[in-house]
Amino acid sequence: MTLAEIGPYLALILVGFLPNEVWRVLGLVAVRGLNEDSQIIVWVRAVATAILAGVLAQLVLTSTGALAEIPVFVRVGALVLGFVAFLLVRRSVFVGVLVGELAFLAGAWMYGPPS
Amino acid sequence: MNFPMEPYLALLLIGFLPSEVWRWLGLLFGRGLDENSEIILWVRAVATALVAAVVARIVLFPPGALAAVPVEVRLAALGLGFLAFLVFRRSAFAGVIVGEAVLIGGAAALAP
Amino acid sequence: MSQTPIEPSPATTRAAFLNGLGAAWRSIFAYVLVGNYIGIGALSYEFGFSLPWMILSTLVIWAAPAQVILISTLTTATLLEVAIAVGLSSARFLPMVAALVPLLKAAHTRQFQLLLPSHLTAISVWVEGMRMLPQVPRAERVPFYNGLGLGLLSAAVIGSVIGYALAARLPPLLATTLLFFTPIAILMSSARNSTTLIDRLAFVLGLVIGPLLAAQKVKLDLMWTGLVAGTIAYAVHRLREKWR
Repeated sequence: MTLAEIGPYLALILVGFLPNEVWRVLGLVAVRGLNEDSQIIVWVRAVATAILAGVLAQLVLTSTGALAEIPVFVRVGALVLGFVAFLLVRRSVFVGVLVGELAFLAGAWMYGPPS
Repeated sequence: MNFPMEPYLALLLIGFLPSEVWRWLGLLFGRGLDENSEIILWVRAVATALVAAVVARIVLFPPGALAAVPVEVRLAALGLGFLAFLVFRRSAFAGVIVGEAVLIGGAAALAP
Repeated sequence: MSQTPIEPSPATTRAAFLNGLGAAWRSIFAYVLVGNYIGIGALSYEFGFSLPWMILSTLVIWAAPAQVILISTLTTATLLEVAIAVGLSSARFLPMVAALVPLLKAAHTRQFQLLLPSHLTAISVWVEGMRMLPQVPRAERVPFYNGLGLGLLSAAVIGSVIGYALAARLPPLLATTLLFFTPIAILMSSARNSTTLIDRLAFVLGLVIGPLLAAQKVKLDLMWTGLVAGTIAYAVHRLREKWR
């Protein structure tokens, strides 16, 4: 993703303000200026998670390049299968990534362009 | 097959980031400042190198008007400015003045 | 007997804030910041950013190295790379804020009141603050630091606007000197502040490895430069410590 796609002000906030400010806020947490459970931290984590989720959705649904040649249902399906595997196997991130990737490879091989 | 790295790098980071970073940070702060100083030292080194790379980038791949100045002049200005800094008892002011003077002098002299 | 922390009167708070503001503008750092930010303003203009955007970037980021990185790479690199580079350049804020808070906090200070001082923390603000706060009555320290920070921030914004306007109006030759100011100023201040081997080595390696990777069109070259050069400098430092 580039600047052209999301506009200068959104870029300023996402890649200028956030990566910069996170250190200042962590400094407050580190020295107990802010309690780890304080409402501010809870809000920051919620926002950060939401942003990451948004980026993930963007990547999977509106891909460019090689990823775009794989049908959408394969990409989304692999994500879902990976997540289900994660839930089933004691919330293991490793299993989730592995199953997701395998599902993706299988789907790409079956439904993707001839390589 | 042309493989764009960014989506996969991003997926990897997104996969781990929300949960793991906070756990690692909890470990860090739990152990107190000892671990911090070594890590902070490394992070500072990385940050310093990064800023240096940005300086090199601006001088070697310059924007706008600066691109019209020959690369030799830009590099000479940087180098001579640094020399002036050393000669004038680590004076940042001398370094900036000399660097700028060499730039403007060189650019004017070598202008078509 | 219950201890309810006594908050200072609004008049005292206001006075402390104005004291901080005055201290900022009397400080040598105000001039240094104006100078630095003239360069940043010029850089923003040459890279094609708008004046409102540039002013906003100073207000929300308030860190010259991060802003220089942002301005010079946002138009060409991917967002991820810019975010990582900006993030790496600002890690210093963590220990700075952590060192500041014990000095700032009064009995009545509430958590959210530390957010503004922490955002206003930048190198110059922090250095002046650490120097002056011990002489300020503890109850007045937060408003004083806020005044100090906002005073220096305003000097920077003024400098940036001057730089932006100059870059737009100066003939090309003079515009180049303005643009060149940022790299030479960073070089000088890094040279002056690098007293340890690790700092100097990291800087020199960054200068050398950066262009090498960029010329090879390596993806995320800025990030790799930082990681490779910084880690080498760190490794050399560790080895030296071991052989002592």
